[in-house]
Amino acid sequence: MKQLVIDFQKCDAGRNCNHECEMECAIKVFKVDDPAQAALQIKAYEDGGGKAVLCDQCGDCVVVCPSEALKRNKLGVVMIDKQLCVGCYMCIGFCEKDAFMRNPDWIVPHKCTSCGVCVKVCPHGALSIQDVPEPAVRII
Amino acid sequence: MSQLVFDPSKVMDIDYTKRTEYLGQLEALRAGMRTLKEVPFQPSLPDKGYTNRTLYVNVGSLEVTEKPVTQQMKDVFIGGRGFGLYHLWNAVKPTTRWNDPENEIVISPGPVAGMTQYAGTGKSLVVSLSPQTDIPIDSNVGGFYGPLLKFSGFDALELQGKADKDVILFVDGVKGIIRIEEVEGGPEDSHVLAELLTHMYAENEKDLPNVSVVSSGAAAAHSLIGMLNFSFYDRRRKCVRFKQAGRGGIGTVFRDKRIRALVVRGPKVAGDLNHPVDPETIANTGIKYHKEIRENDGGQCMMRRNGTAHIVEIMDAYDLLPVHNFQYGSHPDVHKIDSAYWQQRCTQATVDGCWYGCSMACAKGADGLVLKTGPYRGDMVTVDGPEYENAAGLGSNCGVFDPDYLLELNFYCDTYGICTITWGTLTAFVMECYQRGILNKERTGGLEMTWGNAEADLEMMHQMARGEGFGMIAGMGVKKMKEYFIKQGWGDPQLINDIGMENKGLEYSQYMSKESLAQQGGYALTNKGPQHDEAWLIFMDMVNKQIPTFEDKAEALYYFPLFRTWFGLNGFCKLPWNDVVPADNAQQPEAHKVPEHVQNYVDLFSATTGVKIDKEELIIQSAKVYNFQRVFNIRMGKGLREHDAAPYRSLGPVTKEEYESRAERYDQQIIKEMGLDPAGKSTEEKMALHRQWRTDRFSKLMDSVYARRGWTSNGVPTLARLKELGLDAFPEVVDVVKQHLS
Repeated sequence: MKQLVIDFQKCDAGRNCNHECEMECAIKVFKVDDPAQAALQIKAYEDGGGKAVLCDQCGDCVVVCPSEALKRNKLGVVMIDKQLCVGCYMCIGFCEKDAFMRNPDWIVPHKCTSCGVCVKVCPHGALSIQDVPEPAVRII
Repeated sequence: MSQLVFDPSKVMDIDYTKRTEYLGQLEALRAGMRTLKEVPFQPSLPDKGYTNRTLYVNVGSLEVTEKPVTQQMKDVFIGGRGFGLYHLWNAVKPTTRWNDPENEIVISPGPVAGMTQYAGTGKSLVVSLSPQTDIPIDSNVGGFYGPLLKFSGFDALELQGKADKDVILFVDGVKGIIRIEEVEGGPEDSHVLAELLTHMYAENEKDLPNVSVVSSGAAAAHSLIGMLNFSFYDRRRKCVRFKQAGRGGIGTVFRDKRIRALVVRGPKVAGDLNHPVDPETIANTGIKYHKEIRENDGGQCMMRRNGTAHIVEIMDAYDLLPVHNFQYGSHPDVHKIDSAYWQQRCTQATVDGCWYGCSMACAKGADGLVLKTGPYRGDMVTVDGPEYENAAGLGSNCGVFDPDYLLELNFYCDTYGICTITWGTLTAFVMECYQRGILNKERTGGLEMTWGNAEADLEMMHQMARGEGFGMIAGMGVKKMKEYFIKQGWGDPQLINDIGMENKGLEYSQYMSKESLAQQGGYALTNKGPQHDEAWLIFMDMVNKQIPTFEDKAEALYYFPLFRTWFGLNGFCKLPWNDVVPADNAQQPEAHKVPEHVQNYVDLFSATTGVKIDKEELIIQSAKVYNFQRVFNIRMGKGLREHDAAPYRSLGPVTKEEYESRAERYDQQIIKEMGLDPAGKSTEEKMALHRQWRTDRFSKLMDSVYARRGWTSNGVPTLARLKELGLDAFPEVVDVVKQHLS
């Protein structure tokens, strides 16, 4: 399956860039001029490190979705069908990585779909889309 | 006892998509149907949780009308059970009985129902005059019917009258059609009927989840213990499943009205159909709760794995599990039906909420059950979990510890349309009568009703469904069986009355209350009869030990019936309130109330309706409806102190075997509680001391609870209490009370 991967050997958690990845995602994918709405969020730690909040396509949300709005596509990426979503937000509550997000103006939640628009704009070349094995379905 | 750990490798490998299909009967059913009346209506979505109109249907005269929801209805009755009681009061007279045409079945989901962001928000409340108690019964049921009815345009449905032939009421909330159809032939049992009707009324496969069916079954018409199944379409299993409005015989009223089924087709569900005033608060509260389930459920109740059956072994360990008609509180074979077994037997890799967004997901399903008896012998079916009540009632209380038979009993109760709790308690009573010679093979028509004889238990149920034999006597329920056995001269009347576990005509649900004074009151001092949903205090009393003093228990019997009533006014399920708790709950003041969750409910109500309340106002909202229901009972000839009396089996040991099985405990109570010396006394003498002490204590509890509730010592709400609650605005209510104040 396709998975967005961040290399913190290269990413400096936004200390020397303008979070181009977040801005590109917000504008290109979600059509909003607000990086806080992006499907990946880069956070800097005070001790110098950092972390990224993003979806690794683990599929836990697919298991808990009551309306079958979440399914893997042929690339293994978990996609949300807006027509089937009932806005229950169990996907948000059950995501251990806090990667499912919600814009107060939209009923349907959103997350990273490994589309790769962020990869192209990262000035450090820290982001990549990688092909990794699909994890086994978990009982949640 | 240690915390159970879930082991996914032990879950049985059963294909949950496979079962016997009945769709081959669809065309035959359709051929037997004809339209009696069709009325157009304007579908509408709720505003702040209310559609502001209700639907009235008389299945006898075929009258179909809409009624406005008044501001007074919202202010005093809120919705759900409140609306049901309000409509029922207006529909009946003091002389009305369950099978009079003017009796109604009212279904109302409540203003919060249909919310998708919080667990347990899809409930319908069903109210009717009960065939078992002759007073209003209310039942809180999941499934999709209530929310889809509201999203079609109605806050409640009133069903009145009686049809000559079976009818189906169809509400199409997409096209705006209300249709009454006559049906000849075709199936009656729910698992077949609801499957056919769901497919008949859905426009296509994608539409299947937007259809819900209310139905009963063959046994409801031949008994007083009929139940209603509310369906929901299980997308992953691709089958119709049910939740039950079980208690009090509403299914019997339904079939007496010759209603075969109610069908609603609603719009596609989305997250904002209630049009709440503050969706942001609802979203944040819901997400917070989902996270709490994710983090805490596995280490607390494991509701997502076991459903409510998680407490089987806890009840057994604390000597609270009903065994052999509530004689004993534990049994060595309980491990065969405890949650360690059910979490292996129930399908786990699926979604089991009975409404969208229920992260607690306790509606577990056992798939691949091949039936051994009855008209569906050989069929493969999917059955409910079972819930705790069914494991205890159909299982330990009757000495049935074979899980497949337990599931089969559960299945047939559901599809025949009878209450599992009632069936468990009445069968346990029959079995004890058999044990004690009150019944024998001749009197049961050949049924050997020995403890654990599941085949005889099932045959008694099949007889009832066929309308024959001893099954018809059993189907009258414990109260009428007691009267019948005594009339026949079949046993000592006091023994029969002591061991027949009913109050107000309703059978006890499945908790052994002998050592829990709080639960004794929680059962007997109820409005509708001994159902734990009003005051499930046994856990906080006996396991968590959060209400140790007499005063604590009396206060709990004021607060919790009101707090729990509130769920039914709004369309909430009670389980998400305390079947998971925040990690720091034990450190909070009044931890037994789960204060953070109470605040969640306050926030969800205010955010939906725009009516700002706090936790005190929440209780006042309930108190209005609770006291109205008490007065309703009095109006119907019950609701007084004498009707709150408890059978002695619920208070203490009735028989010598019971006493001697726990002699050390009972002897110690004689020393510590009564200040007497048991040495040298016979068991009979010690039992007499206990009876005196226990009945006195229960009577004192009644005094304290009545006073705290603002009632007279006869259990009548005072005029001052009515005024305080604003119920003096209803002259009929005041008149009823005045007749009983002297």
